[in-house]
Amino acid sequence: MTTAISVHNIGKQYKIGAAETKFRYNMLRDVIVDTVSAPIRLAKAMVGRSDRRMNQNYVWALKDVSFDLEEGKVLGIVGRNGAGKSTLLKILSRVTEPTTGTVSVRGRVGSLLEVGTGFHPELTGRENIYMNGAILGMRRAEIDSKFDEIVDFSEVTQYIDTPVKRYSSGMYLRLAFAVAAHLEPEILVVDEVLAVGDAEFQKKCLGKMGDVAQQGRTVLFVSHNMSAILRLTQEAIVLNKGQMIMRAPSQQAVDFYLSSGQSQAGEKIWDAEDVPASSAPFTPLSLKVKEKGGKVVDTVRSTEPVTIEFEYKLSAGVTGLRVGLYVSTMRGEYIFTSFDTDDAALFENYDTRSAGHYISRAEIPADIFNEGRYTVGVNASSFGVRRYFMDENALAFNVDISGAPGTQWGEPRVGPVRPRLNWKIEKLY
Amino acid sequence: MTELTKYEPHTIYIKPSKGLAALNLRDLWIYRELIFFMVWRDVKVKYKQTLLGMAWAVIQPVMTMLIFSFLFGKVAKLPTEGIPYPVFAFAALLPWGLFVTALNQGSRSLVAHNNMVTKIYFPRLILPMASVFAGLVDFAIAFVILVVLMFYYQVTPAWNLIWTLPLFLLLAIVTALGVALWLSAINVQYRDVNQALPFLTQFWLFATPVAYSASVISDKWQVVYSLNPMAGVVNGFRWALLGTGNGPDAALWVSVGISILIFISGLFYFRSMEKTFADTI
Repeated sequence: MTTAISVHNIGKQYKIGAAETKFRYNMLRDVIVDTVSAPIRLAKAMVGRSDRRMNQNYVWALKDVSFDLEEGKVLGIVGRNGAGKSTLLKILSRVTEPTTGTVSVRGRVGSLLEVGTGFHPELTGRENIYMNGAILGMRRAEIDSKFDEIVDFSEVTQYIDTPVKRYSSGMYLRLAFAVAAHLEPEILVVDEVLAVGDAEFQKKCLGKMGDVAQQGRTVLFVSHNMSAILRLTQEAIVLNKGQMIMRAPSQQAVDFYLSSGQSQAGEKIWDAEDVPASSAPFTPLSLKVKEKGGKVVDTVRSTEPVTIEFEYKLSAGVTGLRVGLYVSTMRGEYIFTSFDTDDAALFENYDTRSAGHYISRAEIPADIFNEGRYTVGVNASSFGVRRYFMDENALAFNVDISGAPGTQWGEPRVGPVRPRLNWKIEKLY
Repeated sequence: MTELTKYEPHTIYIKPSKGLAALNLRDLWIYRELIFFMVWRDVKVKYKQTLLGMAWAVIQPVMTMLIFSFLFGKVAKLPTEGIPYPVFAFAALLPWGLFVTALNQGSRSLVAHNNMVTKIYFPRLILPMASVFAGLVDFAIAFVILVVLMFYYQVTPAWNLIWTLPLFLLLAIVTALGVALWLSAINVQYRDVNQALPFLTQFWLFATPVAYSASVISDKWQVVYSLNPMAGVVNGFRWALLGTGNGPDAALWVSVGISILIFISGLFYFRSMEKTFADTI
């Protein structure tokens, strides 16, 4: 068997801290000095002698990652957010260059992320197929030969000479996907986390991925969905803080990932080194998702209430502290925000919280969430005074909808909420 | 899948690029069709959903020429070395229009296509290149207008324009591309470029003999003046088309030198910044 991908000691360093220095100034004088010296800084940066570089922090998004992948294999990549999964895919698809190390890739790398890249609303479907094909690296003769197939697959035959700005979003996506799906790269990378589109469309992506794998092509699959990893891959690697900590058959890798406590499975525990010094006197300890019986779970039933517990310590008394939750979809749309002192009585009672060890516990009633995966963010602040701590992506949980309203039809419902509404049917005559 | 489309996969090596070897012109050749498609798209889309459509490519230079003719030809009565002012101005507006389009579209090309830059690989050089080449279509239309004007005013072109004009057109493209390479790469990191562009364009117009003749500049300043590569381009166009000025002289070679310098340095600056485009854009 030939090697499709050979990754050797890959590392990628990113600059961070530029933003921090930007927000540092809080005095008008600083702002003025900063503005006045901006042209000088620009000139310095241009000749590559930036003085900012001194106080800039560098972080390794990926470090010393090495692996070989044989042609025709499907490799899963798991790891929590920020583990370096997307960076790895970006390097393999040559969007960004590695800081260290080498990669050799045999053949064309395609990804289903690129769907619709370079589509221009003013161009017709036909013109966009050629344009998009060229962007994805297809030759003109190749597009010509696949043109009819692409149009058939996209189901927009009638509108092929209409500007795509007149398309419905579904038609647009289908056409874009059809081009990407016909690229037929030797190596396909799929980042489910970043995949756009509705559930239906994501299913189509996964289906296409399965087909590609069966045709003996090489696939790299990034997902937070462990069952998808188990179903679609034979082997997986686990990334943690930019390093590859395991490569094993998928079952073994998934078990390791789930048990090593980095899966964000229903529970997030903050280690002392994860907490920035600026959050004092507030120290987050843990965030847990619990089902009705009090067990910490990764998956909750939409028909039962869910409890979210946030445990933290205060090393000094804080006035006006409020601790809250943000719940959002995986695509980053907020569903709701709630604080522990929203209630007027609690707001009065907890005007000042003394030093100590606390739990803020919220019960989310049944029949709120639709099927899917949701993230929970936490925030501790004194309104209008200071924000002590914030983690927008503390943990994620799945919602299972068996028994929820409307499940007798077995069709996916759009929208992140699935309330049990009080319907009445009246017969007028 | 047809047999036609199958090809033997070649191996790509990805590693941190160093030094001058990073120029990677081979990839540019492989992706040559993309340049064509980008130019085609820019041209196709430019006048979409406008009432006058392609007529804008005629109206814009003609209106500028009329305004210049009134202000500088009729009111200020600038010397034109015996050439009717409209023809005199239009011969300069031709390369100037190409340059301005390249400057504006080219400098914004990377930022404008940031979704392409952050999602897929292709030689990034294609973006500023396509912006510059797209300007050639407007140039061709304006050229036809110039021919009409020359017939109307009965200006006989110099006989050697057959080979001198393409050379000066090449010089215009090299200059425009060089500046576009520098500015587009800087724009990725410092959006100050967007703010500076309108001012830069205006300033550059005054520093270039478009509305006036280069002969009004005193000899003392000629050398400094020729540091502006567009001065060489515009003088060259007038010389090739209308036979004004001295033709290739020391000042022209200074302009050519500066052009090539901007182009080569722009190419290397662009390539050295290219590896971080996707991260900083």
